[in-house]
Amino acid sequence: MLRDLYITLTGFLRTFGAMNLFFLQLLRYTPVTLVKRFRLVIWQVHNAGALSIVIIMVCGLFVGGVLGLQAYSNLERFNAEDTVGIFVAFALAKEIGPVITALLFAGRAGTTLASEIGLMKATDQLAAMEMMAVNPVHRVVVPRFLGGVISMPILTGVFTMVGLLGGHLVAVEMLGVDVGAFWQQMQQTLDLEDVNEGIIKSFVFGVVASLVAVWEGYNAIPTAEGVGRATTRTVVVTAIAVLILDFMITAIVL
Amino acid sequence: MLCYARLGAHRRGPHSLRLWSPKLTDKLIEVRNLYFARGARRIFENLNLTIARGEITAIMGPSGTGKTTLLQLITRQLVPDRGQIIVDGVNIATLNQKQLYTLRQRFGMLFQNGALLTDMSVFENVAFPLREHTRLTNRLIRHVVLTKLHAVGLRGAADMMPRELSGGMARRVALARAMVMDPEILIYDEPFVGLDPISMGVIVRLVRRMNDSLGLSSIIVSHDVREISEVADCSYLISDGKVAASGSPEELEKQSSELVRQFMHGMADGPVAFHYEAPDYEEQLLGRDEK
Repeated sequence: MLRDLYITLTGFLRTFGAMNLFFLQLLRYTPVTLVKRFRLVIWQVHNAGALSIVIIMVCGLFVGGVLGLQAYSNLERFNAEDTVGIFVAFALAKEIGPVITALLFAGRAGTTLASEIGLMKATDQLAAMEMMAVNPVHRVVVPRFLGGVISMPILTGVFTMVGLLGGHLVAVEMLGVDVGAFWQQMQQTLDLEDVNEGIIKSFVFGVVASLVAVWEGYNAIPTAEGVGRATTRTVVVTAIAVLILDFMITAIVL
Repeated sequence: MLCYARLGAHRRGPHSLRLWSPKLTDKLIEVRNLYFARGARRIFENLNLTIARGEITAIMGPSGTGKTTLLQLITRQLVPDRGQIIVDGVNIATLNQKQLYTLRQRFGMLFQNGALLTDMSVFENVAFPLREHTRLTNRLIRHVVLTKLHAVGLRGAADMMPRELSGGMARRVALARAMVMDPEILIYDEPFVGLDPISMGVIVRLVRRMNDSLGLSSIIVSHDVREISEVADCSYLISDGKVAASGSPEELEKQSSELVRQFMHGMADGPVAFHYEAPDYEEQLLGRDEK
């Protein structure tokens, strides 16, 4: 059993180290990619970001609605229903917005990235690029990684704003909270620091979710089963990493 | 090596003159004492062979002998455990990434499945190396791409996507892409697998025609003896990690070695076993091998 634990631990550390080296390689190519392959990056922002916007908005609307409901039902007991706006805004901007967007991103865009790169590997497209003297990390991986990193904060912003709208619809339109109180209290209480915390989290989660997706795809076993496993691992690893990092960032910021 | 003994007698097209320099010899690629293993499984041991400049060299052998692996080693997609691979006098193991990419620009490779980039049209696939490595205008790129597509008979398919192509068409597009940068060395990995007789005939003629008219050197990995006999100047038969025989197709036909005869005539019985190593058939069916 100790031996199994040792093998698992060394395997994890080896993968973690290799992933960090891969990340450094991506960072090395990032400036050149932004200059020479800017169009590819924009295209990937479209793929990872624009194509995820509907799912992000729908989820944001309902999550905001649920927060509004929960906040109202609890705060009503203390006659504090006017502060529903504060509760919804804090929850969305600091925690739920970045975390749920990252989880949705992993499910929608991360799986696409991983399976796309994995299939390119399985069908020798990456090897063909190598043989054409084109570095596949530079041409295929970095634009996708950057597309994800750029998309995440934007998607988080969209999620949070639509979530606020959802909260407004439930609290103000359905439950009768005063519209002025809802927005006014939110405006007075929510600081720029709170918003910044969300922005920092969304950026970090964007880096992690995109890195995990491209790493899993690039290192997938080039078979149908291998690509499938890589896709699944993308979601699982991203979810765990995002939740751990969320705790760590919150602990640091507070 | 029989093939190398005949060097200098090969055809040389006018295009190859640009390659000629005092340093160059007729040996384009040399594989010396190659050893390569995957895990505990030895693929090559003390393999030696020479690819001659300007010729079509075939690498043949039963399935699973490592023919594709040898191509990956020659192009340094894989690195040998021991031994050297010398391309134009340079040991490719010593090249850094930039030098390796410069060398690879002299290669064109046709993959077994075509390996077309699935998110690009046929035209963009062929134009891909030009867009990556040259600063040609779009107009000039269009001219070059259409010329190459015309050479493989697929100019009319320029706007199609890879998913709309048949296997034979995809391989022809891949061939157009492989030669779009006017490489000196064209490598074909199983170019005849799964092709209908018409496509196969077209590919066989294309390989020969391009090699002669453009003065290329070609390496074909295949186990299609009949097609190889039509195009190859020299063939290496690989078995058990070594070169079992080499020479022109006619010379191989005349060899008395059992292995060569079995392979060239497609016989089931011989040194190469049809069945992979397994327990006794009867014992296994009766379940006696289960512990």
